[in-house]
Amino acid sequence: MDLHNAWTIVQKDFKVYRKKSSVIYATVALPLIIGVGFPLILNYALHRANKMTPVATVPSLLGAFSIWFIIGAVVIPTAIASYSLVGEKVQKSLEPLLATPMSDGDILLGKIISALLIPLVALYVGSIIFMALNDYFTYKLLGFFYYPNWQLGAVLIAMPFAALLSVEVNIIVSSRMTDIRSAQQLGSLLVLPFIGVFLASELNFFTLNFNNLIIIAGILATLDIAMFFVSKATFQREEILTKWR
Amino acid sequence: MASFSILIDSENLTKKFGEVTAVDSVTLSVNEGEVFAFLGPNGAGKTTFVRMMSCLISKTSGYGRVGNFEIGNRSDQEKIRRMIGVLPENVGLYEELSPYDNLDFYGRYYRLSEEKRRDRIEFFLKMLDLWDRRNVPVATFSKGMKQKLAIARALIHDPQVLFLDEPTANLDPEASKMVRDFILELKKEKRTIFLNTHLLDEAERICDRVAIVKTKLIALGSPQELMRSLQGKKVRVQVQQVNDIIISELKNAGYRVEEVHPDSLVISVNDFTRDNPAILKIIEASGGRVKFINEISSSLEDVYLKLVKVE
Ligand SMILES: Nc1ncnc2c1ncn2[C@@H]1O[C@H](COP(=O)(O)OP(=O)(O)O)[C@@H](O)[C@H]1O
Ligand SMILES: [Mg+2]
Repeated sequence: MDLHNAWTIVQKDFKVYRKKSSVIYATVALPLIIGVGFPLILNYALHRANKMTPVATVPSLLGAFSIWFIIGAVVIPTAIASYSLVGEKVQKSLEPLLATPMSDGDILLGKIISALLIPLVALYVGSIIFMALNDYFTYKLLGFFYYPNWQLGAVLIAMPFAALLSVEVNIIVSSRMTDIRSAQQLGSLLVLPFIGVFLASELNFFTLNFNNLIIIAGILATLDIAMFFVSKATFQREEILTKWR
Repeated sequence: MASFSILIDSENLTKKFGEVTAVDSVTLSVNEGEVFAFLGPNGAGKTTFVRMMSCLISKTSGYGRVGNFEIGNRSDQEKIRRMIGVLPENVGLYEELSPYDNLDFYGRYYRLSEEKRRDRIEFFLKMLDLWDRRNVPVATFSKGMKQKLAIARALIHDPQVLFLDEPTANLDPEASKMVRDFILELKKEKRTIFLNTHLLDEAERICDRVAIVKTKLIALGSPQELMRSLQGKKVRVQVQQVNDIIISELKNAGYRVEEVHPDSLVISVNDFTRDNPAILKIIEASGGRVKFINEISSSLEDVYLKLVKVE
């Protein structure tokens, strides 16, 4: 794999996305909703019904909110990943590319980076807004700055592993799909286990504290490596030309 | 084995997709500077052959090389890709991007310097009369324009060998002519071109040599050679009254009677000077009266249709 070659693929993809602003809007919308919307909800709850939402619940509420960065990391890249692969399949623009000296690995790496970069930047920017707004709203009640803290730190560590897993799964799914919509729908099923973990924590089966989040990050990293090999096996010239539909 | 003048070489090259044999034991070679047509109907294995030669798919058996590099050889594949340019069956341009960007990204895939890219792109876009529209999305272009742009894309790194897979399929006559003229333009540069086509006329007009394929190689030669060696020879015999005895006697003598009319017959022959008197004799002996015999030469098109029809 050659990073220079992969980066050329990324630049080409970015140039195409720039003409397809809907893809970009879909990508930045959710991180902004999490980053801005959730703090506003918290603020509203704390001030409207001071007694019903005691200050003591702030950590658990924010903890629950923050998990949405991981869920977002799974959902958001599906738009770009399926667009960039199924889109090229529909346009048939992979075949001429495969006739160049680019290796399969270069192209795969380029596709992974191009699907990962914008969602991750949007999510990290969203997380900074999230921290700043929450601190602003809760400082007076708590008497200290709640963020940054280790819990969210662990979330932000797990986030790229979740996003990478999503991209890899979407690449594998896209290779079997001929329209963008169904690739996105199938790819986004990956979010279900994450929602499951989230609900289990809400039902107090376990807490999503720093230690558990780091364990989750480790599991995701392991899955990332496994799925990388599966996607690499899917992304072979001959496979793409003769078996991809 | 390697020779300077042969740039594309295959020996018994075969590709099977499961049970289906797409290319069966094809042996051919293309010389440097030659424009070579690979002519055959749909499903003849043209695309499969080019994909094997451009290292896009593996071969099942046989041998193939481009330049001095062998197609099955992993370490040679990148070298082959550097010396060839490929126009696939589906052009696959980046529709959202401009012609300039389309060519520029391919220049970068081949890692051409910025300066070289700029020069080549300007050269091609001016040649194609697209310079003024260099920043307009390709999606707005006509099919013929896109096809020419895709050929330019295949040439961006100045490859020694150009593979064109049905460059005029799905184009209207005017656009076809536009693309054909472009290929003739390239021919003047003495570039080696391997052209897949199902159009005999195209092969005849553009190419130095033609291989007729239908999974197997059926015939190979210059258009003139093919005409001479494959031309079906027939005679039309005007007879006063055709009867069954004449026909059966001709068949007994080993002749193929192609057409039967009340007062004439069309018969396949091998050699006019030997067969014409013989046919005359048989018909007269069977009680027919021959008014005259004329020789019919079929066109290359007839030959081609006949060749690809028989299994
Ligand atoms: N990926 C594939 N899987 C199975 N069969 C294929 C595949 N590609 C081509 N074939 C078969 O191989 C034969 C030759 O196809 P192709 O090379 O596309 O012919 P042409 O380009 O001359 O029209 C056809 O019978 C086709 O159905
Ligand atoms: Mg074909």
